[in-house]
Amino acid sequence: MGLIDKHAVIEKNATLLLVGSLLVVTVGGIVEIAPLFYLDNTIEKVEGMRPYSPLELAGRNIYVREGCYLCHSQMIRPFRDEVERYGHYSLAAESMYDHPFQWGSKRTGPDLARVGDRYSNEWHVQHLSAPRSVVPESIMPSYAFLKDRPIEVKDFSTHLIANRRVGVPYSDDMIANANVDLMAQANPNVDTSGLEARYPKAKLGDFDGNPQQVTEMDALVAYLQMLGALVDFKNYDEAAGYR
Amino acid sequence: MKFGTEIVLLSLFAFAALVAAGFGVDEPFRQHMCVLFFAVAGFTAILLRNTDFKPAVPIDRAAYMDGPIRFGAVATVIWGVVGMLVGVVIALQLAYPDLNIEPWFNFGRLRPLHTSGVVFAFGGNALLCTSLYVVQRTCRARLFGGNLAWFVFWGYQLFIVMAATGYLLGITESREYAEPEWYVDLWLTIVWVAYLLLFLGTILKRKEPHIYVANWFYLSFIVTIAMLHVVNNLSMPVSLLGSKSYSAFSGVQDALTQWWYGHNAVGFFLTAGFLGMMYYFVPKQANRPVYSYRLSIIHFWALIFLYIWAGPHHLHYTALPDWAQTLGMVFSIMLWMPSWGGMINGVMTLSGAWDKLRTDPIIRMMVMAIAFYGMSTFEGPMMAIKTVNSLSHYTDWTIGHVHSGALGWVGMISFGAIYFMVPKLWNRERLYSLRLVNWHFWLATLGIVVYAAVMWVSGVMQGLMWREYDEQGFLVYSFAETVAAMHPYYIMRAIGGAMYLSGALIMAWNIAMTIFGYQREEDPMPGSIPALQRARSGAGKWA
Repeated sequence: MGLIDKHAVIEKNATLLLVGSLLVVTVGGIVEIAPLFYLDNTIEKVEGMRPYSPLELAGRNIYVREGCYLCHSQMIRPFRDEVERYGHYSLAAESMYDHPFQWGSKRTGPDLARVGDRYSNEWHVQHLSAPRSVVPESIMPSYAFLKDRPIEVKDFSTHLIANRRVGVPYSDDMIANANVDLMAQANPNVDTSGLEARYPKAKLGDFDGNPQQVTEMDALVAYLQMLGALVDFKNYDEAAGYR
Repeated sequence: MKFGTEIVLLSLFAFAALVAAGFGVDEPFRQHMCVLFFAVAGFTAILLRNTDFKPAVPIDRAAYMDGPIRFGAVATVIWGVVGMLVGVVIALQLAYPDLNIEPWFNFGRLRPLHTSGVVFAFGGNALLCTSLYVVQRTCRARLFGGNLAWFVFWGYQLFIVMAATGYLLGITESREYAEPEWYVDLWLTIVWVAYLLLFLGTILKRKEPHIYVANWFYLSFIVTIAMLHVVNNLSMPVSLLGSKSYSAFSGVQDALTQWWYGHNAVGFFLTAGFLGMMYYFVPKQANRPVYSYRLSIIHFWALIFLYIWAGPHHLHYTALPDWAQTLGMVFSIMLWMPSWGGMINGVMTLSGAWDKLRTDPIIRMMVMAIAFYGMSTFEGPMMAIKTVNSLSHYTDWTIGHVHSGALGWVGMISFGAIYFMVPKLWNRERLYSLRLVNWHFWLATLGIVVYAAVMWVSGVMQGLMWREYDEQGFLVYSFAETVAAMHPYYIMRAIGGAMYLSGALIMAWNIAMTIFGYQREEDPMPGSIPALQRARSGAGKWA
């Protein structure tokens, strides 16, 4: 075993051991992760994806903050039971603007990748405030406090700018109107044509049943109601998307 | 000690935290900076109170530096109890959801507290103190860099406090096992680089020609965690005075980066580091040499090379491209071999000393740890097979698997190392009580068995219920029905966890009494004194 005997060289040289083991552990990551950034077929070609509206993004931040991803996945696998239970299997394209991704790893509660449009706003508010009043078997914690917290906005455009810096295509127009759009989406009494042009298919209205203020509940429900509802699957080419 | 420079620097640090608390752009950040201010200011006050102007006692440069290791051993025990307690609490929350107290103590905020508490606070301190203990004794050299070791220890505790309080305040990046936000990540990076310098510097000044095998594992764990931590936490802060940041990557790339990190937090933090622990403390406690030198070389290089590839098995059947999933599966299966190489090398070290299993509960703990290591490194590759994963993924089976590794391997080998080190670090003749170690062993072992078995049943059951069809082709169960079916298992799981926690409490008592210098008067462990046998009388066969 000549090779094993030569190992003594490494055992007597700490720098060699350090550099050697660092080289050995970098290989796997480079081969597996790096190609995802340049292989064209990593993300399917779809119609309908757009960046999150400011209110949806604020809602998503609450979803992250409360650790919803610890019990709810947002990743429907291509199995018959999952597709029948939750809808079309998830595409990579559907999370291409997600910084960070929210695929999750555990389903203590059901998958939420396509929960948008499934329930009414009232149902969501009731469910988030007192989960067992609508789903008796539920073991979800209560999030009633979201109704009482006005959303904290100083300058929400900073959030859009940070996203643009990491690659989300927010336009100057979107950034300039960030605060206006955030408030308008939850207010049924203002003109939302600009918002709708910037963010097609955005759900509008007073989500939490309290028109006095825009709360964290408004934001979270606005986010939940658009989940999985953007991509137009009528025009999706399944065979081309397979990789 | 005068602590002059330290006090000035810490006061400036505390002042900076106070300024950040005043000018922070979001509420959680302002609260978090208040926490930082009180932590640093409190620590400064302690240093001020302990300042004296007596001429400094010259430090014996030849002696080992064991102060930070003593603190680390105590921190390991305390954080272990805290982390496991939070685990029992969240297990109960799943059985009895009314135990959630919104917003700070909801499951979603406590769960990262539990995982980070046991992995980074308990496991991290165990690795920190054992690695510094082992590197000095196997290199016959005092720790490098003077007070660097103290900086690493206290800096790491500050990281833990900031991470833990951040979770409760809702400050998270949502990357599992890497939840702390950008500024806490930056702090950990500084501490970790200091740790690398401390460890490497000590190896470089060694008096032994060879670097002992335990140090290979510790070194590769430290350097790989540095790489994983930096790459996985790349993110864009919204404001330099705000808590929120957005990950540098999105969607599928972000997912694979996270699980490349996540799986290797298991592979390097919870495996390579603890294998370093095994390679020192098992031979020491058994008083036998490591079984095979060649096996340790092969299994070291194979393990660190293969582990890095295994991340994609957390993303089977997701939107991750198939080629990456298959690659992850194949490497995960191959990983079984070096893992079992390590297990064989650990267990077979007891060759010629198997009788100690009967008489020495510390050895028993270590061997049980290696046995659980072997079991969970078989279960892992099996669950990485796509067909198996289609059933196990998203269910409690994964949770059970993690805990057989974490409670069985990581926990037990750490307990063994703590029991070994503490009497030596405090110059005690022996532990306060060996019989309490035995109680700890049995409570922990039974707790793991209950926990893992219950999670197998509930996980497989839930996976099967989700995919069950009736003869007319309809799904049989609604999701809510599968949740209701979990209830008895969640109660039993909490009981298993509580047994494990009570074992850890017994250890805390035992360690505290040992440190205070007490020795419990007790009968020796059965079998440790050979029973006298009556000499045979009469003409036997051999007479």
